[in-house]
Amino acid sequence: MDYIIIGNSAAAIGAVEAIRKNDKNNLIKIISEEEYMVYSRPLISYLLAEKVTTKRMYFREKDFYEKNKVIKLLGSRAIGINCDQRYVSLENKEMIKFDKLLISTGGKPIIPGIKGLKNERVFGFTTWSDVDKITRISKEVKEGVVIGGGMIGIKAAEALCEIGIKVTIVELADAVLSRALDKEASHIIQNRLKEAGVDVITGSEVSEVTVKDSKVVEGVILKDGRRIRCDFVVVAIGVLPNIDIVKGTNIKVKRGLVVDEHMETNVRGIYAAGDVAEGYDSITGEDRPIPIWPLAIRQGRVAGNNMSGLVTNYPGGFPMNAIEFSGMPTISIGITDPKEDGYEIIKKTDIKKGIHKKIIVKENRIVGAVFVGEIDRAGIITGLIKDKIDIRDFKKDLLYGDLGLISLPKGMRMERLESA
Amino acid sequence: MKSVYPKEDVCMACRLCEVACVVEHSKSKDILKAFKKEYPRPLSRTRVEEREAVSFSVQCRHCEEPDCVEACITGAMHKNEEGMVLVNEERCIGCWMCVMACPFGAITRDEREKKKASKCDLCPEREIPACVFACPNRALVFEDR
Ligand SMILES: Cc1cc2nc3c(=O)[nH]c(=O)nc-3n(C[C@H](O)[C@H](O)[C@H](O)COP(=O)(O)OP(=O)(O)OC[C@H]3O[C@@H](n4cnc5c(N)ncnc54)[C@H](O)[C@@H]3O)c2cc1C
Repeated sequence: MDYIIIGNSAAAIGAVEAIRKNDKNNLIKIISEEEYMVYSRPLISYLLAEKVTTKRMYFREKDFYEKNKVIKLLGSRAIGINCDQRYVSLENKEMIKFDKLLISTGGKPIIPGIKGLKNERVFGFTTWSDVDKITRISKEVKEGVVIGGGMIGIKAAEALCEIGIKVTIVELADAVLSRALDKEASHIIQNRLKEAGVDVITGSEVSEVTVKDSKVVEGVILKDGRRIRCDFVVVAIGVLPNIDIVKGTNIKVKRGLVVDEHMETNVRGIYAAGDVAEGYDSITGEDRPIPIWPLAIRQGRVAGNNMSGLVTNYPGGFPMNAIEFSGMPTISIGITDPKEDGYEIIKKTDIKKGIHKKIIVKENRIVGAVFVGEIDRAGIITGLIKDKIDIRDFKKDLLYGDLGLISLPKGMRMERLESA
Repeated sequence: MKSVYPKEDVCMACRLCEVACVVEHSKSKDILKAFKKEYPRPLSRTRVEEREAVSFSVQCRHCEEPDCVEACITGAMHKNEEGMVLVNEERCIGCWMCVMACPFGAITRDEREKKKASKCDLCPEREIPACVFACPNRALVFEDR
């Protein structure tokens, strides 16, 4: 029995740890394009800002692979899967046979169709090596433009700002973080960014990166004709499931790889997990990629269990994120800004103080929340969403005073405290 | 594994559990020094919730499958071999993913120096956790359930 895993990140680690609980001996082989041992992708902005050392980038201790008896093929790109003869082909022509395969190739950055992107001073922002490249030139540059005001773009901008680079963010939507947050929260964060010295241009688009030659960027031109001078550009408009590997196979694809409740694809013995997979969204009830670290771990674990014979169902998950933007702690969970009718909003907002707390309710169940400034015990809300708790009896209590378990009815509170 | 459980029917919100936790996690382990001389003062890792006549002290449940560990992007939050959920402060960067994930609200933000997650560690140097030991009403018990 050979377990083969393509990818060496969150989902892969979840899978290895699950497999090794059930099967101590059979071969596990990890194939990864990146040369690094497993590292935390969300930390790359901290690395750029010099807030973590390279040592702390690694998500597991050095002996992780040895301890778990994992053979690692790092710096090896997989280029195809033969589902019938059951092997993975690598770029170096090697063929790796498998009995059970996990595809956890993650996301890949969206590259917009903008002129001038093929330049040594245009960077992505999804890998450790992206940050290494930026760090290498960071002493020589003064001004940068970040294309994209989503989570990754803002993280990049903030880190650049911290190492003394003047940054302009260009965002297509009319507010930053418009997909993760709501108007009030975006507003608070946009103010914070401006205070920190980051220029934010919303409702606009970069139409061209102007270059001197393939090694020197001069600036960008926006759709409305405005020009911004800069020495480099970071492209951070989002990621898509990295599904290239399944081209030419029968593995079913929608936006990401389609999986059942065991994280198995339509081809028996081939599983998918993490940013590449269409996991079940337990709030909306649809299957879709939700590219966040905790769900990659969770899906990887479920896949690993099923691969090694312990039948486990994926309980589903929902989007959630916690970040600090210029010292402003922010949490967003589930549906944060519903556009249709049928939602009830409970909120407490003081934009001046930078405080915004909002809970979104549908049919007496919480389906989303936003916390800015005051985030303590926000997890209680996450728990109520996860367990689909009917909150009709204590709804108005939730944002009364401090958020706490004390808002829950006694029976429910006791049960929760006792059962963990 | 033994863990701390609150009993709200006998809690009177005296907050001695919080005091004991602060002292236990101070440098001096002396009540006066911990409160008067140590700056910044250690944080309590148990928290008394109180509204009208109801009160109870909440701390980490050391869950079987901890949501905080799953959510941690640095690997700081982990479950040790005995089953305790602990933070490796060297790794923690204060992103608060764990605060977002914990359904008990049992992880606090320690912003005294570097930002770190702070939570119950079951008092590694004691047989019975300080909060349980200090509670005059047995409103906190240390049991294997
Ligand atoms: C800057 C940034 C900040 C983020 N911040 C957060 C955050 O704060 N919180 C959060 O929850 N999430 C965050 N995320 C998202 C999070 O990083 C992802 O959800 C998570 O990394 C997904 O893990 P994964 O295992 O699915 O794949 P990935 O981490 O995308 O890894 C994919 C793996 O597959 C390998 N691979 C891909 N193609 C091939 C191939 N053809 N052959 C061989 N190997 C291949 C890669 O080398 C890599 O090892 C952030 C992401 C970025 C980029």
